[in-house]
Amino acid sequence: MRELLIIAIGSAFVNNVVLSQFLGICPFLGVSKKIETAAGMGGAVIFVITISSFFTGLIYQFILVPTGFEYLQTIVFILVIAALVQFVEMFLKKSVPSLYNALGVYLPLITTNCAVLGVALTNVQQGYTILEGVVNGFATAVGFTVSIVLMAGIREKTAHNDISESFQGTPIVLLTAALMSIAFCGFSGLI
Amino acid sequence: MNNCTERLYNGLVKENPTFVMMLGMCPTLAVTTSAVNGIGMGLSTTVVLVLSNMLISMLRKIIPDSVRMPAFIVVVASFVTIVQFLLEGFVPSLYSALGLYIPLIVVNCIILGRAESYASKNPVLPSIFDGLGMGLGFTFGLTCIGIVREIIGAGTIFGFQLMPESYEPVTIFIMAPGAFIVLAFLVASRNKIMNHLEKKGKKVTRPQGCAEGGCASCGGCGQGAGQTEKKEEGAL
Repeated sequence: MRELLIIAIGSAFVNNVVLSQFLGICPFLGVSKKIETAAGMGGAVIFVITISSFFTGLIYQFILVPTGFEYLQTIVFILVIAALVQFVEMFLKKSVPSLYNALGVYLPLITTNCAVLGVALTNVQQGYTILEGVVNGFATAVGFTVSIVLMAGIREKTAHNDISESFQGTPIVLLTAALMSIAFCGFSGLI
Repeated sequence: MNNCTERLYNGLVKENPTFVMMLGMCPTLAVTTSAVNGIGMGLSTTVVLVLSNMLISMLRKIIPDSVRMPAFIVVVASFVTIVQFLLEGFVPSLYSALGLYIPLIVVNCIILGRAESYASKNPVLPSIFDGLGMGLGFTFGLTCIGIVREIIGAGTIFGFQLMPESYEPVTIFIMAPGAFIVLAFLVASRNKIMNHLEKKGKKVTRPQGCAEGGCASCGGCGQGAGQTEKKEEGAL
């Protein structure tokens, strides 16, 4: 239990996926204009990463390791993730329409989000068990959600600020991210 | 042959993936802690880009349109795996420095973008040069950012001491926040130059990349890049 907690806090805050590992920068910059959409994206990412870390862990331990095909992990994982996202989308559309309405538009965008593949590969590299992998995936996605929602909140407040012409748009968002990243450095003494 | 040099120029200058198109931001931010890492990442991406462009261009008449994305991903992932093993075998120091970001070349927008917008529509030789131009442009961008961060953050360049002894390195520039700061100033200066050129009445290529928020996925980036390509063809 203690190890799981350390993994969770470590990947949600100390090694925040966006602010210290730079994974999932595209949605972080692109979908962070409003808190609502940012939260929707975060929810979809939590959903997909948790499920995909379970399935990639399962496939790695019970198919790739026994057959000696570990070196195919990158190819297998990306295909599994792409198929999984499609499948989750179809399942939600049919069985849980309310959740689909909330997350639906974000699901196709996640297939190529590098955070999903990044988590699957980290789980293998760190030698996590399936349970540890799922906890790591969930916590990483929570870290992503926290940072994208915070960013959206800041952007809503600063949207009408008077910024010099060259810094409008992406540059000011990157500077905000730099300050958030410095703040998140403060977590590094936590574990 | 003229076409090939035009592709090289296009990748290196006109549509430079880092400075003009703003593609592939994850590796750009993550591995540029030193100039050597920037070159290593850039060249690995170049190798994958050239090989995948070549193979996709060869297979462009065989791959059915409806399954082209998964097919491209499999091609790219196979080459990435090969490059990963070559690096692990021959340059283990670089392999451990780049770590997780080598397998993540698979989801780099530039590669799928070029496959979708150029290699799947054009003959083999121009596609190879297109990949080479884009890859070298990316390498150039990463190396420049790496040099800036290494000089400010560690006072060295390619590992050699550059700054005088009295210089106190600003360590934050080789840590995570430094990447965001350097990139912010880079994009700001690019905007400045673009605005200046536009006022002069010159036509400029507007970025279609992830950083502009127009799309949040690499598939979208590919489509965006494809649109620029089409516009250009129309202009020619």
